[in-house]
Amino acid sequence: MKADHRKISLEIALEMLQRMVLIRVFEDRLYQLFLQGLVPGTLHQYQGQEAIAVGVCTALRDNDLIFSTHRPVGHAIAKGVPLKAIAAELWGKATGCAGGRGGQMHLVDASIGMPPSNAIVGANIPIATGAALGFKLSGLDRVAVSFFGDGASNSGPFHEGINLAAVKNAPVIFVCENNQYAASTHISLTTRVEAIAKRAKSYGIPGFSLDGMDVLIVYQSVEAAVDRARRGEGPTLLEFKTYRFMGHSRGDPGGYRTKQDIDEWRERDPIQGLRDYLSKEFNQDEQHFLEIEEQVLEEVEAAIQFAISSPEPIPEETYKHVFAS
Amino acid sequence: MSSRAMTMVEALRDALRLAMRQDPSVFVLGEDLGIAGGFGGGFTVTLGLSEEFGHERVMDTPISEIAIIGAAVGAAMTGMRPVAEMQYGDFVFCGMDQVINQAAKIQYMSNGQFSVPLVLRLPVGASRRGAQHSQCSEAYFMHTPGLKVVSPSNPYDAKGMLLASIWDNNPVIFLEHKLLYGGKGGRKEKTSLDPVMEVPDEAYEIPLGTVAIKRPGEDITILANMLMVHRALEAAEILSQEGIDAEVIDVRCLVPLDVETIELSAKKTTRVLIVEEDNLTGGWGAEVAARLAEKAFYYLDAPITRVAAPDVPVPCAPALERVYVPSVEKVVITARALVKG
Repeated sequence: MKADHRKISLEIALEMLQRMVLIRVFEDRLYQLFLQGLVPGTLHQYQGQEAIAVGVCTALRDNDLIFSTHRPVGHAIAKGVPLKAIAAELWGKATGCAGGRGGQMHLVDASIGMPPSNAIVGANIPIATGAALGFKLSGLDRVAVSFFGDGASNSGPFHEGINLAAVKNAPVIFVCENNQYAASTHISLTTRVEAIAKRAKSYGIPGFSLDGMDVLIVYQSVEAAVDRARRGEGPTLLEFKTYRFMGHSRGDPGGYRTKQDIDEWRERDPIQGLRDYLSKEFNQDEQHFLEIEEQVLEEVEAAIQFAISSPEPIPEETYKHVFAS
Repeated sequence: MSSRAMTMVEALRDALRLAMRQDPSVFVLGEDLGIAGGFGGGFTVTLGLSEEFGHERVMDTPISEIAIIGAAVGAAMTGMRPVAEMQYGDFVFCGMDQVINQAAKIQYMSNGQFSVPLVLRLPVGASRRGAQHSQCSEAYFMHTPGLKVVSPSNPYDAKGMLLASIWDNNPVIFLEHKLLYGGKGGRKEKTSLDPVMEVPDEAYEIPLGTVAIKRPGEDITILANMLMVHRALEAAEILSQEGIDAEVIDVRCLVPLDVETIELSAKKTTRVLIVEEDNLTGGWGAEVAARLAEKAFYYLDAPITRVAAPDVPVPCAPALERVYVPSVEKVVITARALVKG
């Protein structure tokens, strides 16, 4: 599948660029602050994979649900969770999107279609299937998206969840972000098929292995899969090949990857790719990109200041929300 | 108010039928639930439901416990009220992540933004099937914050508590003892008790978080759930012939636990015997004993004592299963010793 550039409007392309830059700048800033010991919890960073979160979420409606992972910051920003609420959650503050009880791996915002992101690898696949079945049983044309990595594709829930979705024609899109490493373990050590999307065939559903560094390809392929799901034709497995520029989590210097490998992938930076496209197709100049970046920098600093200056949750909060009333 | 004699399986089916008629968000999913010419689930609870509600709302699944529970979690998060069945309670361990890390924690992790109103039905209890089709597993779930745990002993409670569980906005683990179902013909369990009761035709709810005093007494409190309630009542009759007046309390809901009623009984009788089919170590009885030790220690005239299954897997041979499952005789002997010293 190749991107059909004629179908992307300037407005959508600029919006995607803004979101991708917002993710990159926020994650980079978090990393700096983390190294200074100023971020209280853990980090699983998304730099390099921005095209996937943004391409997917741009193809969705607000009330479609995304089921995210232990690396959810990019997904949350792309879906539209307010940055201040994300930052405050990372700082464990009462103003965080989960009131501070979630933390970096459990970002949530029901108002924008984001259930709490899931830090058990693979577990969100059957859950997204169930949400999609809920929509189908209710006669709604909403869809669910499950984000997961190459590592999750060898977990039991991947098999059970996709098979159930396939056999029930559930309106769900399975988005595999293949960044080639399950923590430190390269995919060649865990997986014999050269493309995870090939597994779709064994479930009798469509599967495509695509370039995850090209946001236009991501956006258009997801749009097609979403249309298919809304028409009641069932799930699609989309594999996007990508690379995380940072380590797996905090304190991971990435000694299992070569500098050459990292440099080669950085050459294919998805943000630069979108800038090049905007310059070529819409004559957007550097000045405009700089303006976007400056606005984003301001937004990021404001969000971090908001997080740092927000109050901590009161002790009584520990005991709340175990049960629904 | 009309009523009719029902077995447990009929009462459970009636509850599902009424809930599904009342609210389109209620649906059932699991293995072999609605197949034409099939079983109606492991123990016929869903028999006939697909004819009335169709195969979308009586959802037959692959043998995929992770996906059954996971799909129930996801559907519940969108406002549905799924009732998922494990064909045998022991199979829940295949999908335990979906119960413990997902169903139980999503309400909390989301700061109350997403709730998970599902019911997970588990057929439990030793029934000549050996180690992997027999276990009573309530203690695993009782230990996990965010889950409610229900374990009824009779058809009336089963219907009212299943309805209350369906309308509850939390994940509810609903245990059903295989020897109480009342299966017929080829589906009858060889050693079953199969209680039959007059059960109202209409919908009613028995609030979760309640216990039931099945037999009032003055000399000793016997706490039990599911099949063990019946053994305890039988033991109480034998004890009464010896002049020992036992109070039998059906702990039909373990979470939330009505500690107050149990505590009042313990303070009144001054002796407590807990009877459970679960393994002794870390069973629900251990938790109840600890609570009573904290709340009623100075009122007691004897050590809080448990008659439980020994710490072994469930054996299959009738001669061994009889040793495993607490017997009426063992309850009588232990209670007598506690009262007479």
